[in-house]
This record gives sequence, C-alpha cells and structure tokens, in this order.
Amino acid sequence: MSFHLILFLAFGAVCVGGAVNLLAQRHPINSALSLIAVMAALAGEYLLLGAEFVAAVQVIVYAGAIMVLFVFVIMLLNAGVEEETKGSRIALLFGVPGVLTSSVLMVWVVLRHSVTEAVPIGALPGHPTDIAQLLFHDFLLPFEVTSVLILIAIMGAVVLASKPEATARKVG
Amino acid sequence: MVPSYVPLSYYLLLSGFLFGCGVIGFLIKRNIITIFMSIELMLNGVNLSFVAFAAHWHALAGQVFVFFVMVVAAAEAAVGLAIIIAVYRTRETLNVDQVNLLKL
Repeated sequence: MSFHLILFLAFGAVCVGGAVNLLAQRHPINSALSLIAVMAALAGEYLLLGAEFVAAVQVIVYAGAIMVLFVFVIMLLNAGVEEETKGSRIALLFGVPGVLTSSVLMVWVVLRHSVTEAVPIGALPGHPTDIAQLLFHDFLLPFEVTSVLILIAIMGAVVLASKPEATARKVG
Repeated sequence: MVPSYVPLSYYLLLSGFLFGCGVIGFLIKRNIITIFMSIELMLNGVNLSFVAFAAHWHALAGQVFVFFVMVVAAAEAAVGLAIIIAVYRTRETLNVDQVNLLKL
C-alpha cells in the first residue's frame, strides 16, 4: 500500500466520519464542528491531488469564513437541540431500499468503469500562477460577474438581516 | 521512486458519499441551519469531483470551477443566513415544520 493511498484513506476516513456525525448529531453546533472537520480533511485531499491553491482557499474561505458565519448565526439565534419528528412510513418503505440500491449501483458502475491509469500524485499542474492565468484571462467575464454577484449578496444580506422597522424607515 | 497512484474512482466514491450524506441530511434534518449545512456538504462533495477530474484530465479549468463554486457558496451562505435570521425574527423557531406558510 503506497503512502499516498494511506493518506487518501486517512483523510477520507475523517471526511466520512464527519459527514456521518453531521447527520447523527442533534445539536446544530456539533453538526457545524463536524462539517469543519470534513472541510479540513477535504483540503488534505486537494493537496493530495496537487491542487494547492484550492486547498488553501478551502481552508480560508470554507472552513474559515463560511463556517464562522454559520457558528456565529447558531450562537446568535441560540439554536437548541433539534426537535424529534416522526418519520413518514413512505420514506422508510421506499427511501431506504432506494438509497441502498442506487448506492450499490453507483459503486459498481464507478469501480467497473474505473480508469486503471490513475493520477500520478504531486506531478500535477496546480500552481497558483497557472490558475491566475486561467482566472484572469480565460475566465475573466465569469470572474467579473461573480464580483457583481457578491456585491448583490452583500446588499441582500444587509437588507434581509436588518430589523424590519429600520428597513421600513429607510424605504418609506 | 515509483510514482504512487490513487485511482480516480476512489475520489469519485468519496465525493458521491459526501453528496449523498448532504442529500440525506437535507431530507431528514428539521433544523433550518443544519439543512443549510447539508447543502454546503453537497457543494463540497461536488468540489472534490471537480478537483479529481481536473487532476485526471490535466485540465486546470476544473480548479477554477471550484473557485467559482466557493464564491457562489459564500454569497449563498451570506444571503441564506440572513434569511434564517429574518425567519427566526418573525416565527421565533428554527424548525422547518413550523415554517409552512409563506405569509404570516
């Protein structure tokens, strides 16, 4: 077993454990922390794939900024333990066999048609210079459009999260 | 030194598992914040596919797509959490079962 496969399995185990823990926990803060674990482990997988820039952005933007926002909102709203609800019988009757069948089918297809000639790890183009060349040359228009999207999102977030009477006063 | 390999299918299976966990969480969770986190989990699963395919085909565009997905996820998180705050302010609950009317 090669070293990279061991690393892949270690990070993958953290990912799988975190994802299952996210489903199992009933308190949102525990789910948020396990999601952070998943994201950090995914950054490790990206490093294995030679994507250093994406790994760094994953840690900074996803595990850092976005999850801090989530934890902040959970704290702000003082979110407690999730209430238990009764699962529907139809979901159990059709959902569980459906999930099992489709996952077995997917694993079978992916493994059967798996490309034997796989990724040589570490020898991949993923240098930030190449990404910058792509991002600011080939994908310049989408880049600019996303900046407009971010601007609209900021304004939307401010309008939505401000107190209703404050918004009414400003508008009216 | 022999180059070490991890097959592409392993990455795809992990990615599919994460996406599936996100879908299941989206369906079974009742807390609106946890549902939103499940969406982020789905996006992460898709990102892993993108990076794995980018590495496999030696096409760097996949990594740029991941960058765009992250930007959209950040915008979505900001707006979505603002909506959650607005919902909590009017209904004083985070349970989606009690948020079943568009209008109060």
